[in-house]
Amino acid sequence: MKPAPFTYHRPASVREALELLARYGADAKPVSGGQSLGPMLNMRLARPAHLVDLNDLLELDYVRNTGGVIEIGGLTRHHRVASAPEIGRDLPLLAEAAATIGHYAIRQRGTLGGSLVHADPAAQLPLVAVTLGAEVVLRSAKGERSVPADEFVQSIMTVDLADDEIVTAVRFPQQLADEGSAFDLFSRRHGDFAIVSVALTLRLDPAGAICALRLGLGGVGPVPQRQTGVEQEAIGCLPDAETAARLARAAAAAITPEDHPQVPAAYRRELVETLTARAFLRAAKRAGVTA
Amino acid sequence: MSTPVPISLVVNGEAHDLVVPPRKLLSDVLREDLNLTGTHVGCEHGVCGACTILIDGRPARACLTYAVQLEGHELTTIEAVAEGDTLSPLQQALHEEHGLQCGFCTAGIVMTFEAYLRENPAPSEAEVRDVLSGNLCRCTGYQNIVTAVLKAAEAMRGGRGA
Ligand SMILES: Cc1cc2nc3c(=O)[nH]c(=O)nc-3n(C[C@H](O)[C@H](O)[C@H](O)COP(=O)(O)OP(=O)(O)OC[C@H]3O[C@@H](n4cnc5c(N)ncnc54)[C@H](O)[C@@H]3O)c2cc1C
Ligand code: FES
Ligand code: FES
Repeated sequence: MKPAPFTYHRPASVREALELLARYGADAKPVSGGQSLGPMLNMRLARPAHLVDLNDLLELDYVRNTGGVIEIGGLTRHHRVASAPEIGRDLPLLAEAAATIGHYAIRQRGTLGGSLVHADPAAQLPLVAVTLGAEVVLRSAKGERSVPADEFVQSIMTVDLADDEIVTAVRFPQQLADEGSAFDLFSRRHGDFAIVSVALTLRLDPAGAICALRLGLGGVGPVPQRQTGVEQEAIGCLPDAETAARLARAAAAAITPEDHPQVPAAYRRELVETLTARAFLRAAKRAGVTA
Repeated sequence: MSTPVPISLVVNGEAHDLVVPPRKLLSDVLREDLNLTGTHVGCEHGVCGACTILIDGRPARACLTYAVQLEGHELTTIEAVAEGDTLSPLQQALHEEHGLQCGFCTAGIVMTFEAYLRENPAPSEAEVRDVLSGNLCRCTGYQNIVTAVLKAAEAMRGGRGA
């Protein structure tokens, strides 16, 4: 449980970090919170020759509202994402999800950028980024580009990131004031990675029917999945218990989970159904449904 | 590659000049180089919480950081929590409520809640249990730890408590 030897670099600026990554390429790995890379290094699942520490790049720890888009720096810790008042107000789904990541001590160190790059299929932040249609901002010594979150996350722990790039920020569309949202998950032990997680937002028209719904599921495949079929089915429906049950059944039917001895496919489907219904009703309440 | 490097670490307010390989875990440097063996090591992959210490006042796993990363930061370990023979209110409450048996997990729990109770001085029982989920205890069954943390919180708020 001790890492293989590496050379340690502690760049003082983003530019310096990018130069190091450009120089060492595939032999280098950036480290942020170390809450995923640390275990992988200690178990020698990762053996980079060079470790490039991003923790001094405080210019990447920020929350900025640029007219309807909330840009959050890549080095922003989960705890800040979960507790910053402006995120609670403008991106309540993200704040709610971030508060459920691992444990208190893990959230003090783990970062938004690290979580997106690690891309665990059950992770909260990639799911919320995909559900809300966020953009991932990447920078290398050569320049900057941005990629929609659902294209950035390609497969299990595989993302659209070159060896010389880092995630400098994630841009989330601000949630609308009249939008209700909810995040829910199930794990066997509190704080463990979820077996299934659900992110849901909805809006109602003046007559009280659903006019927009987003549903993202985590843990049901290699990457977080938007359920566009279910989303369309919801349009025009009343946000009541009957609709909740119907959409939840549709979501459970829409997935093709792996059959795993500890987590049979049928069990995962039932979790999707239960959690979707629960998130739907909670989001509806927050969108102003009182019944 | 990876030759030992000189670093200066500030632990419990004291500066130490050390020479360590970059891959050496902070938990190992605390225990082996600084003889601060109050920080325990269980899993070495972030799960058990035994190695939790404070980095700039915030709880962190010492097993998921390398000592070389922490130059310029303030580290606090369990050794600095009591003042001489006077236990902190949290330690006192753990003692009174039998919040420990073998004590292996205790340092990590104390460090976690010393920080948490400063951020949230009046937690609910559910909040205490949420935070406690990050520290595994094989002995107590947690009930007495929860009781002790709530009692400590009250004492720290200036209530009767401990
Ligand atoms: C006990 C425990 C429980 C956990 N539970 C959960 C959970 O329930 N849900 C969850 O989502 N996560 C969980 N985690 C993981 C945690 O959220 C991590 O913080 C996160 O996955 C990675 O963020 P990090 O900043 O720690 O990244 P690191 O561990 O530093 O890095 C992870 C990967 O990303 C790369 N990287 C880091 N930052 C950048 C960047 N800015 N640009 C490009 N590449 C980068 C690294 O090279 C590495 O490949 C848990 C961790 C532990 C130890
Ligand atoms: S030894 Fe660090 S968390 Fe278990
Ligand atoms: S008291 Fe023995 S592990 Fe907690």
